[in-house]
Amino acid sequence: MKASPLAIVLRYFGLLCVALLTMGPFLWLLSTALKSGSENIFAYPPSLLPEQPTLENFGRVLETQPFMLYLKNSVLVALLSVTANLVFASLAAYPLARMEFRGKNLIFVVLLSSMMIPFQLLMIPVYSIAISLGLQNSYLGLVLPHACTAFGVFLMRQAFLGIPKALEESALLEGLNRVQIWWYLLVPLVKPSLATLAVFSFIAVWGDFLWPLIILDDPSYYTLPLGVNRLANTFSMDWRLVAAGAVFSILPILAVFLFSQKYFIEGAMRGAVKG
Amino acid sequence: MQTSNSSGESMLAPDSAGEGALSRFRHNLRIRRVLQSSSVLNALVPYLFLLPACAIIGAFVLYPMLHAIMASLTDYNMITESQFVGADNYRMLLQDPFFWNSLKNTLLYLLVVVPVLVIAPIFLALLVNRSLPGIKLFRAVFYLPVITSLVVTGLIWKWVYEEQGILNYFLLSSGITDNPVAFLTDPANALFSVMAVTVWTGLGYYMVIYLAGLQSIPRHLYEAADVEGVSKWRQTLFITIPLLKPSIAVVAVMSSIAAMKVFEEVYVMTQGGPLDSTKTLVYFIYQSAFEEFEMGYAAAAGVVLFLLTLVLSLVNLFLLRKDR
Repeated sequence: MKASPLAIVLRYFGLLCVALLTMGPFLWLLSTALKSGSENIFAYPPSLLPEQPTLENFGRVLETQPFMLYLKNSVLVALLSVTANLVFASLAAYPLARMEFRGKNLIFVVLLSSMMIPFQLLMIPVYSIAISLGLQNSYLGLVLPHACTAFGVFLMRQAFLGIPKALEESALLEGLNRVQIWWYLLVPLVKPSLATLAVFSFIAVWGDFLWPLIILDDPSYYTLPLGVNRLANTFSMDWRLVAAGAVFSILPILAVFLFSQKYFIEGAMRGAVKG
Repeated sequence: MQTSNSSGESMLAPDSAGEGALSRFRHNLRIRRVLQSSSVLNALVPYLFLLPACAIIGAFVLYPMLHAIMASLTDYNMITESQFVGADNYRMLLQDPFFWNSLKNTLLYLLVVVPVLVIAPIFLALLVNRSLPGIKLFRAVFYLPVITSLVVTGLIWKWVYEEQGILNYFLLSSGITDNPVAFLTDPANALFSVMAVTVWTGLGYYMVIYLAGLQSIPRHLYEAADVEGVSKWRQTLFITIPLLKPSIAVVAVMSSIAAMKVFEEVYVMTQGGPLDSTKTLVYFIYQSAFEEFEMGYAAAAGVVLFLLTLVLSLVNLFLLRKDR
């Protein structure tokens, strides 16, 4: 049974409808961001395309808010958090997958069950712990809660379990120690899973709002989501500026996404199978 | 076993079963010797590998968890010395109409959002599970809302939902409604409008999970069904959906946990209003803790949230396991 041309046309029609649903709001945002100050954005009927497309709104946003600083903060926090998560999760996953030691099952179960705990329950104590550690208004404070996730440990353990034991045994006989085996032998073999974990933690950190919201009161540490929120509070009436700021905050992750689209979706699929 | 030869010593090829067993024994013996040398340090190795992860998860998840449970039994407010108050906070919660209201909103959220997010992405996944030209582009486009930060998503939709906005324009010009809909300003609509945004963000995420599930279904099942002349529609119903059950279980658990935790959409679009109609449990906790500084009280509500999440996940898993 080969798909009929009609079925293919219907399928593309369905695809286009859903694409309109997911892309539409973004396009409307972009259109608003490009409308000039003289154009009435509340006009009825609304004009779908800007009459005289202009970048002036972006200029004004950068003038009034340090968006470049927010971008730098976001990038820095994301890079540090993702790197830390990759290192710490794959370190912890190695003994859980490959070594025998006292308390192994207990540690694994406790780590696993910590995935169930919603951050919203923890935000109050984590906040007071972070305050007492002097982490308020610091990059370390933004990074640490993201620096190792139980999900990451779980995902990497699954990856290590898939590697034949014989490989590791021969390395032991060669006289390599555990750290060398981990770094030179195992880590290169689980690169696909590392990519998956990187994608997941990148999305989580980049979009995180609640934690930075409660741990920061100094705007010079703001990440993009907080910056956009601040912009919206300052210029609640001028949607052109808010839209420009939102577009500005989407562009970097959009670039990363388009560049590594394969890893995003395939990585997410791999995570789905294993997680 | 072949790799053991690379060490150079056991080069004698095992030409009989006996010698094979012997060389395997020697091999295992040597591995054990390596593992047991300097045994004090070796015994510590696994713990050293685990240390950073356990320290971070311990400090930012497990300890706070205990701390939250303890705090829920005090009048902790970060200003005055906290006093043990027993179950007072929980008793107050039971009598607090705002708490009940937020609990009601959260449960309503679950009832509407979870079924939609369990079912709709299946259709999306079926739609993109074909190798057609441009299909990868469509997958990427459907995934876009997932990578966008929720704050930005909330702002975009706030703008789309405007009385004079684009959505009302389409509704009016296509004749679906006669008057502009007050999406976010009418208490009867606001919660549903926020829900729609949560659904919009989740579609692509769960689509990918289903897509993974679909691609793990053996192809020969469909080929056999084709030979038997079973229609595509019946194939979907009797092969695809039953074999997708593990993915459905994952999506049910994940989407209900996500629906319990809704915060950003509410914070950006409605601040819990109008008339508290969109105040969810998490928003209630946030307000109690960081606007009214009643940390102990908020912690008690947090414990309730946790227990609900736990019960919900267990129920979900149980329901879907029994069917299998």
